[in-house]
Amino acid sequence: MNMSPLSRDQLAQVLAADIPSNSYVNLGVGMPTLVAKHLKPEQGVVLHSENGILGMTGLPAGQTPDIDLVNASREAVSLMPGASICDHVVSFSMMRGGHIDVTILGGFQVSVEGDLANWDTGQADAIPAVGGAMDLVAGAKQVFVMMQHVDREGRAKLVRQCTYPLTGHGVVNRVYTDLAIMDVIKGQHLVVRGMIEGMTFDALQSVTEAPLVLAADCCVIHP
Amino acid sequence: MMNKVVDSLAAAVSGIEDGATLLLGGFGTSGTPIELMQALLETDVKDLTVVSNSAGGGPTGLSQLIEAGKVRKLICSFARSLSANLPTAAAFEKRYRAGQIELEIVPQGTLAERLRAAGAGMGPFFTPTAYGTKLAHGKETRVINGRGYVLEEPLHADVAFVKAHLADPMGNLTYRYAGRNFAPVMSMAAKLTVAQVDQVVRLGEIAPEYVMTPGIFVQRVIECEHVPVIP
Repeated sequence: MNMSPLSRDQLAQVLAADIPSNSYVNLGVGMPTLVAKHLKPEQGVVLHSENGILGMTGLPAGQTPDIDLVNASREAVSLMPGASICDHVVSFSMMRGGHIDVTILGGFQVSVEGDLANWDTGQADAIPAVGGAMDLVAGAKQVFVMMQHVDREGRAKLVRQCTYPLTGHGVVNRVYTDLAIMDVIKGQHLVVRGMIEGMTFDALQSVTEAPLVLAADCCVIHP
Repeated sequence: MMNKVVDSLAAAVSGIEDGATLLLGGFGTSGTPIELMQALLETDVKDLTVVSNSAGGGPTGLSQLIEAGKVRKLICSFARSLSANLPTAAAFEKRYRAGQIELEIVPQGTLAERLRAAGAGMGPFFTPTAYGTKLAHGKETRVINGRGYVLEEPLHADVAFVKAHLADPMGNLTYRYAGRNFAPVMSMAAKLTVAQVDQVVRLGEIAPEYVMTPGIFVQRVIECEHVPVIP
């Protein structure tokens, strides 16, 4: 089979193009932060950061970082015109209270129930660090997960039941991987909305533990 | 005339008792009251329960309190270093693995809301956050109108250390950018709130409608030069 999985940047590009115009979006730490640089100004997307920033942008080249302007990953950021700052109570009210339109999070596992595991590997010596992930999945209107389709050992990350500790139960709406885009139909299956060039349904199912169904209008993903 | 400004860092952190619950404002490099924490190092206080978003922002501040053995328990949302390249919580990780420090992990929004409940005079509250996860284990849960909730307790504290930008003698505070983070809610939740500020200004210099933390929540103010944490 002649096909190449999407690179992290290509995947970020695909996600950025799918974000609705004029929406309020929170990008999780890790790979999701790559989405920011592919958003087009004309999309009018406003980025939220859990530490109280609404209207965050990347730090322009040549601009001195300000210690009081960092994102959730503690990277220096800048502000767009119209940005606002609030405290943690208000910021998490935006997240938990259903005001964020879309959150994009990384994932260890997503189940056919829409369960997400992305904060704890469950290893005995692991030090837990949940941050704001559980609040985001509890309240964002749409939860998109962005991850590799299989783990480093080649095991499926789209599973029938998560084996890692959950971040949230029944919270994921859509999953973007380096191979496909899938919607979660809770408790039933994942609907394949798009696949990369050269991918077949059977080949995708063979690396996916959760049952898949092909959408009638399944498209080829072009980064 | 009310004047909450004290003249030394030592006076700012005086009288804190062993076993106290201490709230620490700050998120990453922003709004972290490093100088108050370092002043506390000079005291004999011990057995602290510290509440902070993370387990350390680098070698200074909370990491120093932990290394000095002053922290018995940590309540936070993010207990490990940001990455192997950025060992922000190295001091905590070492003590935790040695079984020398207790840890309670709280989702970040639940942490803020538990502090808010304490400061606002609320009792326990139901939140959807963490329902169905292991962070809800041992807690009362309930399904209300088809949605699952976890019962969380208010988080009261003896002392809060916050870092603000400006203060006036009545303790009214403003913050720079995202330096605000947990400071307003922590100021409400503690019996004694100590604010280290870049500058104390005269009464009336902060326009009333631009006050971010009203002085009723602040008991001591100390002006000091701030050297931020650079992890």
